[in-house]
Amino acid sequence: MNLRRDVFQAIADPTRRAILLLVASQSMTAGAIASNFDTARPTVSKHLQILTECKLLEQEQNGREIYYHFNPQKIKEIADFIEPFRKMWDDRFNKLENIMKKYKSRK
Amino acid sequence: MERKTKINAAEGKQELVITREFDLPLELLFQAYTESEIVEQWMGTKVLKLENRKHGSYQFETTDPLGNKHGFHGAIHEFLPNQKITRTFEMENSTFGIQLEFLEFEKLTDETSKLNMHIVFRSIALRDQLLQIPFAQGLNMAHDRLQNIVNKLK
Repeated sequence: MNLRRDVFQAIADPTRRAILLLVASQSMTAGAIASNFDTARPTVSKHLQILTECKLLEQEQNGREIYYHFNPQKIKEIADFIEPFRKMWDDRFNKLENIMKKYKSRK
Repeated sequence: MERKTKINAAEGKQELVITREFDLPLELLFQAYTESEIVEQWMGTKVLKLENRKHGSYQFETTDPLGNKHGFHGAIHEFLPNQKITRTFEMENSTFGIQLEFLEFEKLTDETSKLNMHIVFRSIALRDQLLQIPFAQGLNMAHDRLQNIVNKLK
């Protein structure tokens, strides 16, 4: 059985993060990606499969070769996951600002 | 101008930085951190103890919507009025461990100021876990809302 993958699981692994950085600069074949790592080729393939399953990477057939390229839209989902945390502090600080503005005018 | 809160949580680091500019003179911003009644209002917590001095400590208590009490506390290591507060922070009965907080207050103009909050965690995993709480709560709330709607349909 294959568990459903999500982007957070995908970026939890340092090798997968390194692959993403590599492919972000240019589209590459699996072989070219693997040549950048000491890890065994099947291990790199497994990482590519996971990254593709959660749509961080997309495959494109070019002749006999399959190129992997980066999907920036999906990365945005990860950036957005910090947004609720930011919003929590923003709300707190807005409150602080409002309270102190009233405090100032009371004096 | 809208003054937005910025979060900088760099990949692979066990720290995060929260910055915010305020439409408040520096002294008023600092006061919001040192007077119990004011802290209680904007943090939404009860202040049991707040000693604004080096070697001092603080203790907060928050009651959640279910009536459960959650304690927070820490020790104050540095206290320089209108400049900085260095303190530890610990959420009681949690797995987050102790965090180190560096709060720096800066004057921008006579009417504006800036806060720089640098938080250091014991590990990257703990930092990431904390960042996820509001995200997870948001998901839970959305789930609860959905559940309420479903219950009404029954």
